[in-house]
Amino acid sequence: MIALDSLLLDEILWAPLLIVLLKVVVVFIVGLLATMLMVWFERKAIAGMQNRIGPNKTGPFGIMQTLADGIKLFFKEDLIPNRSDRFVFALAPFLSFVPAFLAFAIIPLGGDFRDGNGGEVTWFGHVTKVQLADPPVGVLFALAISSIAVYGIMLAGWSSGSKYPLIGSVRASAQMVSYEAALGLSLACVLLLAGTLSTSGIVAAQATITQWNVISTGIVPFIIFLIAATAELNRPPFDLVEAEQELVGGFNTEYSSIRFALFYLAEFMNTVTMSALIVTLFFGGPQPIAIGNFVFDIPLVPNAVEGTFWLLAKVLVFLYIYIWFRATLPRLRYDQLMDLGWKVLIPGGLGWFMLLASQRMARQNEWNIILVTTISVVVMVGCYLLLQAAFTQSTRQRETQGPMF
Amino acid sequence: MELFVFGCAALMVVIGAVGVITRKHPVHAALSLVLTLFGVAVLFVAQQAHFLAAVQVIVYAGAIVVLFLFVIMLLGVDRVENLRTEPLAAQRPLAVAVSLGLIGILVAAFATGSGVLHERGAGLKIPDLANESDANTTQLAQSIFSQYVVAFEVTSVLLVVAVVGTVLLARRTKSAVTENSK
Repeated sequence: MIALDSLLLDEILWAPLLIVLLKVVVVFIVGLLATMLMVWFERKAIAGMQNRIGPNKTGPFGIMQTLADGIKLFFKEDLIPNRSDRFVFALAPFLSFVPAFLAFAIIPLGGDFRDGNGGEVTWFGHVTKVQLADPPVGVLFALAISSIAVYGIMLAGWSSGSKYPLIGSVRASAQMVSYEAALGLSLACVLLLAGTLSTSGIVAAQATITQWNVISTGIVPFIIFLIAATAELNRPPFDLVEAEQELVGGFNTEYSSIRFALFYLAEFMNTVTMSALIVTLFFGGPQPIAIGNFVFDIPLVPNAVEGTFWLLAKVLVFLYIYIWFRATLPRLRYDQLMDLGWKVLIPGGLGWFMLLASQRMARQNEWNIILVTTISVVVMVGCYLLLQAAFTQSTRQRETQGPMF
Repeated sequence: MELFVFGCAALMVVIGAVGVITRKHPVHAALSLVLTLFGVAVLFVAQQAHFLAAVQVIVYAGAIVVLFLFVIMLLGVDRVENLRTEPLAAQRPLAVAVSLGLIGILVAAFATGSGVLHERGAGLKIPDLANESDANTTQLAQSIFSQYVVAFEVTSVLLVVAVVGTVLLARRTKSAVTENSK
C-alpha cells in the first residue's frame, strides 16, 4: 500500500479518488495564486516602506502586475548559452520549481482542530483532512524537499558555463547545506515536545496559546528556525546567492524567458511555504487563538472553515515579516554568514535541544526540576566558555601563523 | 499496484546505476546517482519504511551528493575524463574479478540467509498506518539507542575520527607555511 491519505486506505472508490484529485488541483491553484499575490504584496509593501508607489497600473492597486509580468516573460526569447550543458540547463528550473510545490502538500490548510478533533472534515460523506497528504514522516518530508531544492540552484549556476552564476551557485549550496543543520536542530525541539512527526499531529498538540510551540519550547528554537529559514530561502539579509552588486544576477544570470520565471516563481512559492511551515510548527497552524478556555471565535463561520482563515491570517503576518526583513536589514558578508550558521545557530540549537530533553526526562522520572535545571545551566555555561576559548585560540593562531588552509 | 511501483522504482535504480558508470561527465554521473537514491527511497516507502525513505533523501541526496557536486565544481574537474589513460596498471581486470566475487558473495548470502532474515524480522511488528503513524520511528529509535547503542556510538566516533584526520591531512604544516612565505 502506497496511499497516504486516509481516504485511500480502504478500497479505491470513485468519490474519494475525485476528492483527492480535487485537493491536488486546489493546492496547486492556491499555490500559484498565493505566489502571484505574494509577488504583488512584496512589491507594494516594500514600495510603501521606501516611500514609493509601487505597481499601480494593472488592475485595482496593480494587483494583476504579476500576471502581466508572467505573460511578458512567456513571450520573451528563450536563450541557451553556447557553453552551457543543455540538458542540465533545461532541467535546473524544474528542480527548483517542483520541490517548491511539493512542500506545500503537507501543510494543514484548515479544518477543525478544536476539542481534540484531528482536523478532519466531512466532504460529500467522506472524512478527510484539509491537506493534500499527511505522511507519517510529515516534517521530515519538508526537510527532504528543501534539500532537493538545493540542486535546482546549484545545477543552474554550474550548467550556465559562466563564471558569476557558478560563484553564485557555489555560495548557495554551501549556505543552504550549512543552514539546513540549524533548521533541523530547531525542528527537533518541536518534535521532542509534540512527540510526532506528522504535521496535523503537531497542530493538534497546540490547542491553547501556552501550548503553541513558540512558547512551550521557549522562544529560542523559533528564532533559530526563523533565521535558518530565511537563509534557506536565500532571502535578504542572506541573499548572497544573487547579490546583484557582486554577481551581476547570481545563479540565474544566464536564464531568460519562462525558465527565469520558474526560478522567480519557486523563490516566492518557497517563501509562502516556509511561512506556512513556521505557522504550522510554532503557531498552531489552523488553530484559533485560545487563552485558557476562552477561544477567539469568528462568528457565523463553521469551525471547519474557520481554520483556513486563521492559517491565512498567521501566514500573512510572516510574509509581512519577511518583506520587512528585506527592507530593513543590510546583507551579511559571506564569512559573517558562515560564522552565524556554524558558530552561533548550530551550537545554540544543539544546546537548547539538550536542555529541553533533560527537562522532559526530569519531568517523566519526577526528578528535582530545580536541581536538573541548575546542573544543565552550569553545563551549558561551561560548554559556552569552552567554545569561546576554542574560538579565541584559533583566531590567535590564525593571526600569528596565517591561514592554515 | 505494489508490483507497478516496484517496477518503476527498480527501473529508476537500474537506469541511475548504469548512468553512474557510463556517463563520462562527473556531474552527469553524480546526477544519475541521485536518481538511484530516489528509486531506493521509493522502494523504502513501498515497504512502509517512511522514516528510512525520508532520511535517505535528506542525507544521501540532500547532503552527500551535494557535497560531491560541490567538490567537482570547486576543483574544476567538471570536464569529460579521458578514459584511455590508466593511473593504475591492471586496474580493469582486477575490477572485473572483484565485482564478480562480490556478486557471488551476495547471491550466496541471499540464498543461504533468507531463512535467518525471516527469523530476525519476526519480532518486529508491521506498523498499522491508520492508527500509529510513528511506529517506524519509535522502533528504529528503540533498537538504535538500546540494543545497538555501542555500535551506533562507535560508528559516530569513527566518522569524527575521519573528519579530524582529513582536516589534519589537509592542513599545511608550520614549516610549509614559513617556506611559502620566504
